Amino acid sequence: MYALVTVAAPRVPTADTEVLERLPVRPNDPSMREIRELRDSLAREPQNLDLAIRLARRYFEQALAQGDPRYVGYAQAALKPWWDVRDPPTSVLVMRATLVQYRHDFPAALADLDRALDREPDNARAWSLRMVIHLVQADYEAARRDCAAFAPLVDELSATGCVAFIDGLTGGARKSLAALDRALARARDASAEQRVWLLERLAEMAWRLNDTKLAEQYFKRALALGITDGFLLAAYADFLLDYGRAPEVITLLKDWTLADPLLLRLALAEQAVNAPTARAHQATLADRYAAARLRGDTTHEQEESRFTLQMLNQPAEALRLALSNWRIQKEPRDARVLLEASLAARRPDAAQPVLDWMRETRIEDWYLQRLADQLANPRKGAP
Amino acid sequence: MIRAVCCLALALCAGGALAHKPSDSYLSIAVDGDKLHGQWDIALRDLDFAIGLDSNGDGDITWGEVRSRHAEIAAYARARLTVTLDGTPCPLRATEHLVDLHSDGTYAVMRFEAQCAKPGAALELGYNLFFDLDPQHKGLLRLEYAGATRTAIFSPETARQRFELARPSRLMQFFDYSREGVWHIWMGFDHILFLLSLLLPAVLIRRARGAMAQPGLIRGWRAVDRFKPAFWEVFQIVTAFTIAHSITLSLAALGVITLPTRLTESAIALSVILAALNNLYPLFQRRRWMVAFAFGLIHGFGFASVLADLGLPRDALLLALVGFNLGVEVGQLVIVSAFLPTAYALRRTAFYQRMIFLGGSALICVVATGWLIERAFNLKLFVF
Repeated sequence: MYALVTVAAPRVPTADTEVLERLPVRPNDPSMREIRELRDSLAREPQNLDLAIRLARRYFEQALAQGDPRYVGYAQAALKPWWDVRDPPTSVLVMRATLVQYRHDFPAALADLDRALDREPDNARAWSLRMVIHLVQADYEAARRDCAAFAPLVDELSATGCVAFIDGLTGGARKSLAALDRALARARDASAEQRVWLLERLAEMAWRLNDTKLAEQYFKRALALGITDGFLLAAYADFLLDYGRAPEVITLLKDWTLADPLLLRLALAEQAVNAPTARAHQATLADRYAAARLRGDTTHEQEESRFTLQMLNQPAEALRLALSNWRIQKEPRDARVLLEASLAARRPDAAQPVLDWMRETRIEDWYLQRLADQLANPRKGAP
Repeated sequence: MIRAVCCLALALCAGGALAHKPSDSYLSIAVDGDKLHGQWDIALRDLDFAIGLDSNGDGDITWGEVRSRHAEIAAYARARLTVTLDGTPCPLRATEHLVDLHSDGTYAVMRFEAQCAKPGAALELGYNLFFDLDPQHKGLLRLEYAGATRTAIFSPETARQRFELARPSRLMQFFDYSREGVWHIWMGFDHILFLLSLLLPAVLIRRARGAMAQPGLIRGWRAVDRFKPAFWEVFQIVTAFTIAHSITLSLAALGVITLPTRLTESAIALSVILAALNNLYPLFQRRRWMVAFAFGLIHGFGFASVLADLGLPRDALLLALVGFNLGVEVGQLVIVSAFLPTAYALRRTAFYQRMIFLGGSALICVVATGWLIERAFNLKLFVF
C-alpha cells in the first residue's frame, strides 16, 4: 500500500559534525558569563535576594534583546523563594510586575506595582512601568498621574518624554513632537539606548502625522546608532511596508526569522514581491501561532490577526483575534489591526470601540483616520 | 507591542510581544494494554540550559555533542516523567534517540516504552520537566488510546494529571476498523486497478477465431447480450477475490504467516500487470475467478500490512479483523456496483471497447509496471 502523505519524521543524523542548533548567544559572550556567575552564586545561596534580583534583571534584559520568552521564565525561577509568598520584598514586587506584564497580565502587574509604590513612593522603576501599562490600556489620565509622580525622580529628558508621549496620542502630536525633539537635542549625556528609544517614538509620531520624510529621518538616525533593537526594526519594517518598499524590508530582516513579529514582517514583504521563501515563512508562522494557541498563550493576537488577514485572507477570524486583542491592548497598532479586519470582514459595527477611542483621545493618525472614513463610507475603495 | 518608558530613565525595559516561541516540549503517548509507547520532543536549547550540551563552548550544538549525552538526556527526562496505571508505576525505558525540526529549532526526540503491571483504566502522568528552571515551560501532551486522541497541557500548576481510559464500545471499535477497511480499498489504487482489470472484460465475451468485428469495434470480442451472465461473472470474480484475501489477511494478521513487505508489494504490482495484460493478450478466458482467487491471496498480505500499521487492539483482535475485512468488502462492493451498470450500458460502444477496455488495460499495465520497478528496486517514480 502506498502512503499518500509523507510527514516530516524524526531522523537520526548521519554525521557527528552536523550542527543541529546554533545558540543565540555564545557561552563565552560577556553577558552570558556574567549570568553564569550570578547563576552559580545564587545556586550556592538561593535565599540571597540581591543576587536573585540581579540575575532576574539580567535574564529579563536578555529576553528583550533576543525576544526570547525563555529568559522570562528563567528570571521567574531566580525569584522562586519569593514568587508565591503573600508579602514579598518591594524589589520582588517590581520585578514580578515586570515579568507578568510581559505575558500581558496587566491587572496582576498593576496590583504589584500599587503595593510597591505604597511602600516606596519614590521607586522610579515602578512608576515608569505603571505608566506604560496604563498607556497600553489607554488609561491616559492614570498615565499622566504616573508621569507627574515620576518627573521629580528622573532627569529632564525622561520627564519631558513621559508627558510628550501621552500628549502625542491625545491630540497634541505636533507640539509634543517638537518638545521631544528639543529635549533630545539638549540632552548631551543621554545613552545610546535612550536615544534609540526616543528616536523611534519621534519617528512614529511623524509617521502618524503623515510626515514621511521626517519619520524616515528619525528611523535612519535610530538605526545608525547600531543598537540591536527588535522593536525599532519592527516599526521601521511596518513603515516601509506601508510605503510599498518591501525589498528594503527583506534586506533589513532576512536574518531575523527567529523572532515572530519580525518574521511576520519579512513574510509580508516576501508576499508583496512574490519571493520564493514567502510560503515557507508563512508555514513557520502558522506553526508558531498554532503552538502558542496550544499552550494557551494569547500575547500574539495582534500579529496573528494581521497574519490571518493579510496572508491567509480570512477576515472573520482576523476580526475575532483583533477584537480579543483590543480587550487587552489599546495602542495605535492594535487599533489599526481592528479597523483593517472589520473593514475586510464588512463589519463596521465591530470597529465601534476603536472609533470611540479615536474620538475620545483625539488621536492624530492619518492612516487610522482614513480607515475610519472608509468604514463610514464603504464605497470609497480600499487604501 | 509594549515597551516601557523605562528607557527614558532606566536600563530596564518592559517587554512585549517581540517574542520567539516559548519553551514547550511535545509528549505523545499511546496506550496499548499494559504497555505505553511514547515519544518526547525536547528543544535542544532547553536541554542545553539544563545540562549543557555545547561541550566545546563554540555556540553550536552538533549531533556528536548530543549523541555522546544520550544516556544523560534519557536519565534527565525519565526522572521528570512518572507514569502510573491504576496506582501502579510503569517504569520508563528509552528505546531510541533521534532529532526533529520544529518551527523554532531542533529538538531531541526520545522514544520510550513504559511497561505496566497490567492493563488499567486510570492513567496518571506526573510531568516535571524544566519547571524548576523555567516556570513558564509547558508540556504539550497527545494521548492516544483505542483510536481516540486527546490533548492536555502540563504546567507547574497542572503537573499531575489523571486520564480515564474509558474503554470504547465494541461497536465503535468495530465501525472504526470497518471504516479503515473501506478507506483502504479506495485509497489503495493497486487493489482497485487489479479488480478493474478483471472486471473490464465481464461485459464482453470472447468471439470465435476468425469472426469479423463489427465496424469500429475491436477484434476478438463482442458485447454480452444479457445482464445476467455479466453479473454472474462479476459475482464469481469478486467472491473469489474476497475469500482469497480474507484467508491470507487473517493468517498474516494473526501472525501465522509473515512475508517481507517488499516481496508481497512487488507481487501485488505483478498481479496487476498480469491481469491487465490478460485483456490485451488473452491467456485465461474462462474461469477468471481462479485468477482472482490466486492473486487475491497475495493482496491479502497487502491488507494485512495496513492493519498492522493501524495497530491491532490485543483485547479485540478478532473484532478488528472482521471489521476491517468487512470494510474492505463494502468498499469493493461500492466500486463494483458503480462499475457494472455503467460498463453494461456502454458495452457496445467503441468508447468502451477501445478507450476503456483496451486503452484502460494498457494504461493499468504501464502504471503497474512502474509500481513493480519501484517496489522491487526500492525506487520512487510516482507521487502516489
